[in-house]
Amino acid sequence: MNKLLQLHDFSAPGATSFDELRKSAARGGCSTTGGNGKSGCGSAAGQGDLPAEVWEKVKNHPCYSEQAHHHFARMHVAVAPACNIQCNYCNRKYDCANESRPGVVSEKLTPEQAARKVVAVASTIPQMTVLGIAGPGDALANPAKTFKTFELVTATAPDIKLCLSTNGLMLPDYVEQIAAMNVDHVTITINMVDPEIGAQIYPWIFYNHRRYTGVEASTILSERQLLGLEMLTARGILVKVNSVMIPGINDKHLIEVNKAVKSRGAFLHNIMPLISEPEHGTVFGLTGQRGPTAQELKALQDDCEGEMNMMRHCRQCRADAVGLLGEDRSAEFTTDKVMEMEVEYDLAARQAYQAQVEAERDAIAVAKQRELAKLEGETATIKIQVAIATKGGGLINEHFGHAHEFQIYEVSTAGAKFIGHRRVDLYCEGGYASDAGIEPILKALNDCTAVLVAKIGLCPKDSLAGAGIEAVETYAFEYIEQSVIAYFKDYLERVGKSEIRHVARGDADIRQGAFVAS
Amino acid sequence: MAYKIVASQCTSCSACEPECPNVAITEKRGVFTIDPSKCTECIGHFDVPQCVAVCPVDGTCVIDNSVPRASAA
Repeated sequence: MNKLLQLHDFSAPGATSFDELRKSAARGGCSTTGGNGKSGCGSAAGQGDLPAEVWEKVKNHPCYSEQAHHHFARMHVAVAPACNIQCNYCNRKYDCANESRPGVVSEKLTPEQAARKVVAVASTIPQMTVLGIAGPGDALANPAKTFKTFELVTATAPDIKLCLSTNGLMLPDYVEQIAAMNVDHVTITINMVDPEIGAQIYPWIFYNHRRYTGVEASTILSERQLLGLEMLTARGILVKVNSVMIPGINDKHLIEVNKAVKSRGAFLHNIMPLISEPEHGTVFGLTGQRGPTAQELKALQDDCEGEMNMMRHCRQCRADAVGLLGEDRSAEFTTDKVMEMEVEYDLAARQAYQAQVEAERDAIAVAKQRELAKLEGETATIKIQVAIATKGGGLINEHFGHAHEFQIYEVSTAGAKFIGHRRVDLYCEGGYASDAGIEPILKALNDCTAVLVAKIGLCPKDSLAGAGIEAVETYAFEYIEQSVIAYFKDYLERVGKSEIRHVARGDADIRQGAFVAS
Repeated sequence: MAYKIVASQCTSCSACEPECPNVAITEKRGVFTIDPSKCTECIGHFDVPQCVAVCPVDGTCVIDNSVPRASAA
C-alpha cells in the first residue's frame, strides 16, 4: 500500500480523492502504458509524437490507442448483415469468423433499435466512448442502415465517436458520405496487395451486378481497397488496416501489405491471427488451414513495426460486442432489455467520468516512470514476458481462476511493453477447477516467465511452477506496468545472486474456440 | 417464372433484397421470400439473376419449378 500513498501526491489537480478515482476507474479497462513515446501497440503510450489533433481523436478510443483500451469501452451494433464478398475464413451462417468471434450469431437490429441501444449503453457505461458498425456482414454493403444509424445516434449522443469497418469494395463510393457524417475512424480489412495471393483467400466478390472470381476478383478488390484508403487519408480520416495472418498464404506477404498501407497513410496496422477450426464450417476450417502460434504472430508484428503503429490489443470481437475490449456485456443489452430500460442521456456525468480517467492515466504514467528510473544502470540483455490477470483500470486486480484472458507484457531494461493477450477458459468454475484443467492455460502462457495475479490457489500455483511459470501475488491491486518493471528488477537481482536461473521460454497457443462471455 | 429462396439455407443477411431489380424480395419476421408474380429471373435487366449472384450460401436462391420459367418478353 505504500506505493499507493506516495502516488496520492501525483493525482492530477482537480481530481477528487485518489481512492475515489481508483474505485471508478477499476470498473474500466485493464492496464496502462506511461506517458512518453509509443511503446508499440496502438498509439501505445501517451500523446508521444502524435500531432495534437490526432491525439484528440485517438486518446479515448479503445481500438486506436492501446492505453485507452484499459479504460474506455466500445460497442458494436449489428445493423449490417449483408456482405458483398466471400472470404475463405468466413462462414456466413455465422458472423464473420475473424472480424467477429466464430460460431456466434449477432442479434440483428434496425437502425432505430440500434440507436436506442447505443443511448441505453452510453447511459449505463460512462466509459463507452465509441460506436462501431462492423457487421455481421460489411458496413458499406448495407449503406442505408449504416448511415441511418449514425444519423440517429449523432442526434442524441453527439459526443460518441463513430467508426465503421469494411472490406473496402464499396469504400470509394462512400468516402464523401463518411466524411460528411463525421465518421473519423474507418477500418479496412486488407489481406493482400497481390491478386494471386488474394485468389487463395477470396473465392468471389459481387460488384457491378455480377460475381467476379479468382484473380480478377482480387484485382478489383485490391484496387478499390487502396483507392478507398488514399481517399480517406486525404480527408484526414484515421484508417486502421486489419489483416488476417494465414500461415503459408499471406504471412510473409503481410510485410508488403504493411508497406503498401503505410505509404498510403494508414494510421494503424492490426495483424490478427487466423481463427480456423473444422466446426466453424469455413473453407479454411475444412481444409485444415492452421492459424499462427503466438510467437509467429508476434514475430510478424515486430517485423512490421517501424514508423507505423501496430495494434496488438485486438480481441477480434463480435459485431454486437459491448464493453471493454476484453469483456462482452452484450447480454445485458438485448433488444428486449433495452426497450424496457429507462434511459436518460447525461452528457455531463459522462464527461466527469472521462476527466477522472484522464487523471488516473496521468498517475499511472508517473508511477511507471518512477519505476523505470530504478532500472537505470542495469545492463542485462535479458528480455522476458509476463502475464497479467486484470479486469480493468490498469490494475492487477483479477484472481487467476476468474481470468477470461491474460495480458502479456514484454519487459527488458528498456521498459515494459504490451505485446498481446491470451484468451483462456475459466480455470475456476464455482469453486472447482474446470474439467479441461490447467493444461490449456499452461499452453497459452507457455512463453511467459511469470503471471502476476491478485490471488491464486496453491494447486494451480504448483502446476504453473511445474511448467516453469512463477505465479506472483506480491503486486495484487498495484498498477500493471509499474509492477511488471518491479518484478523484472527483482528477477534480475535473483538471477544475479544465482537464486534462480534465467531460461528462454517456448512458444504459446492462440485459443481457437468462440469466446462466450459469462 | 421465378426464383425462390430455400428458407432452411437462408441466413437472412438481406443482401439480395436491394439487388432485386423488380423489388420482388421482402422480409417478414426475418424470413425472406421472392414474390413469384414480380420475379423475372432478371431477364432483360442483368446477365445473371442478382439474388443468386449476391447470395453468400450457394444453392439458396433456386428456380421455383412450381411456376413456369420466365422468358424474354
